[in-house]
Amino acid sequence: MKKLNGSQMIMEALNKEGVKVVFGYPGGAALNIFDETYKQRYFNVVLARHEQAVVHAADGYARVSGEVGVAIVTSGPGFTNTITGIATAFMDSIPLVVISGQVANSLIGTDAFQEVDAVGISRPCVKHNYLVKNIEELPRILKEAFYIAKSGRPGPVHIDIPKDITAAVGDFSYPDKINMKTYKPMYKGNPGQIKKASKLIAEAKKPILYIGGGVINSNASKEIREFVKITQIPTVQTLMALGTLRSDDEFNLGLIGMHGKYAANMAMSETDLVICAGARFDDRVTGKTSEFAKFANIIHIDIDPSSISKIIKANYPIVGNIKDVFEELNPKVKEAVDPKNYEEWRKTLKRYDEIHPLKYQDSDEVLKPQWVIEESAKIVNDEEAIIVTDVGQHQMWVAQYYPFKNPRTFLTSGGLGTMGYGLPAAMGAKFAAKDRPVINFNGDGGVLMNIQELQTIAENGIPVINIILNNKFLGMVRQWQSMFYEERFASTDLTKQPDFIKLVESFGGKGYVVNTKDEFKKALKEAVESKILTFIDVRIDRFENVIPMVPAGAALYNMILK
Amino acid sequence: MNDKNRRLISVIVLNEHGVLSRISGLFSGRGYNIDSLTVAPIPDTEFSRVSIVTSGDARVFEQITKQLHKLLPIYKVIEEGDFVEKELALVKIPLSVNLAGLDSVLKSYNGSVANSNSENLIIIACDDSTRITSFIKTMSKYSPVDIVRSGSVMLEM
Ligand SMILES: Cc1ncc(C[n+]2csc(CCOP(=O)(O)OP(=O)(O)O)c2C)c(N)n1
Repeated sequence: MKKLNGSQMIMEALNKEGVKVVFGYPGGAALNIFDETYKQRYFNVVLARHEQAVVHAADGYARVSGEVGVAIVTSGPGFTNTITGIATAFMDSIPLVVISGQVANSLIGTDAFQEVDAVGISRPCVKHNYLVKNIEELPRILKEAFYIAKSGRPGPVHIDIPKDITAAVGDFSYPDKINMKTYKPMYKGNPGQIKKASKLIAEAKKPILYIGGGVINSNASKEIREFVKITQIPTVQTLMALGTLRSDDEFNLGLIGMHGKYAANMAMSETDLVICAGARFDDRVTGKTSEFAKFANIIHIDIDPSSISKIIKANYPIVGNIKDVFEELNPKVKEAVDPKNYEEWRKTLKRYDEIHPLKYQDSDEVLKPQWVIEESAKIVNDEEAIIVTDVGQHQMWVAQYYPFKNPRTFLTSGGLGTMGYGLPAAMGAKFAAKDRPVINFNGDGGVLMNIQELQTIAENGIPVINIILNNKFLGMVRQWQSMFYEERFASTDLTKQPDFIKLVESFGGKGYVVNTKDEFKKALKEAVESKILTFIDVRIDRFENVIPMVPAGAALYNMILK
Repeated sequence: MNDKNRRLISVIVLNEHGVLSRISGLFSGRGYNIDSLTVAPIPDTEFSRVSIVTSGDARVFEQITKQLHKLLPIYKVIEEGDFVEKELALVKIPLSVNLAGLDSVLKSYNGSVANSNSENLIIIACDDSTRITSFIKTMSKYSPVDIVRSGSVMLEM
């Protein structure tokens, strides 16, 4: 058998897993590993400039490519810096393998230099984690980590590797089979339940298909589109599902929830059958749970049994992978369902959409963020562009106004709502899709949270276009203060700002300040053509709010519409 | 504690590093109650058995079992069935008190004297949880200087 040291084993494992890019940041406990990355030719190693960004970049890469994102960092502060990134990926079920160096086994527990209880810290925000105690178990752990990250409900897996293990020599044979007695994800749904579901769907008068991030994770967009085509059932999407259906699909009611569309939220309030696929009834979606889909039976399809009936009781649970379940379900509904039965229902919802469509007051005096987003889609190729956001008002406006066409084209921190996500995630996305435009919409607040990654973007020659919707406020918080705190703008005024043009220029990129529609169009066109790192600092209406809005804790049908 | 909502769960887990903190962390992180928790290896296997007494309504209990299932090193979650459940109490009483009636108390709780020295007796009893509670109450008249009670251990029939 091949003898390798621990660091070499990691290289071989990453190669066997088909890893093409690793994001990292070195340090003492990880030195042996990084030294080995220097010698290998299997994959590209990208030095980000902060460990939080290392993980967000791996996350962005994973969301676009559908592969496992890989991050390598050092012990102590290197590792603690990753936690926000790991928690972000965990909440959105993104497959990652995060490898951290640890002090040598003999030093663990002595408060050694740069020692923290890494597995203790990561435990609540990973799918699984490992502390490697001896070299013999390293190949198995590496194999398991990749398998766990991408199978079942995907998620981040953390491997903490003491420095002595990265140097210790052992037998290396990479297992090609996984044999985990205690972990066996279910993919196929129960056939009896699936049959029952098709019957319920056929009998319903006002059904709604409610889809979430699980459909993207399981690459089930095709099957979902097929289902909608067969049944013509109106469909609502969560933030994480955007792109599953085309935004111009006639049966797509759009975003649901706190900033969802009127028709989508009313549909959920009046439906008699919810078919939930890969969504988890997040409180930003349900509003007041006792009023949520009050008249409906609930079919809940999810690969994670603990998601089912966690918040809303499901009458008809189906545990399984969305793709597999819809492959089974589609032929059954094709036989059982007559789309004409829902005609009245579709008409009602269409009327709702006509009464209260998404709308904003455009202006020629001051730029409206919604206009900027709609216009962006016209300038870039919206079939292939990858749209990333940070967190805040701009995120919601993008979700509402960008016409998504394809899955894996929208990257956003949904579950954790992590400011500082956009820029590094866009960077990771660009590594996965070098030939496609990657546009990061950011707030002027959050963009400073991982601004150092401009350097990584610049030196790797991966042009990312950053559109800063600059309202000189922590906009979303300012909106809540306007609506619920009598306009006391505590700690949200960002009138004092850096010169974003100089800032991006200092990293070798190009910057624009934009105050008018023409200036914006010109700047974005130039950015798309010139293919260099770009900042477009768009001065928007400072007091624009995200509308509609369901106040936190209110019922979905109680919407603020203007 | 509302007895109606008292729940027993027996969990079979792989004996591996950190597994107990995964379980206790699950309870604390999600705000579930742990009334008692005991753990010990199952002889001649790679598994341990964790006996947990918890409380909560049916929905919370359903989540507890589902979330436990989700932890990777967990092999089996046994949440229903006829459990035989036992608890243990050790009670230290000074020899100087009036020990009248102690014999019959011990008899009725299946208890015995575990050890003694010149100053104290240590009494042991093993019984159902509610019976242990009343045993401890009864013992109070012997002015106990120390009481320790174990968590429940349980085995499904
Ligand atoms: C790391 C982090 N800190 C704080 C928050 C709370 N928060 C949510 S939105 C927001 C304001 C964002 O402001 P900005 O980046 O300017 O974007 P805008 O809302 O103006 O589009 C804040 C502070 C958060 N989501 N993440």
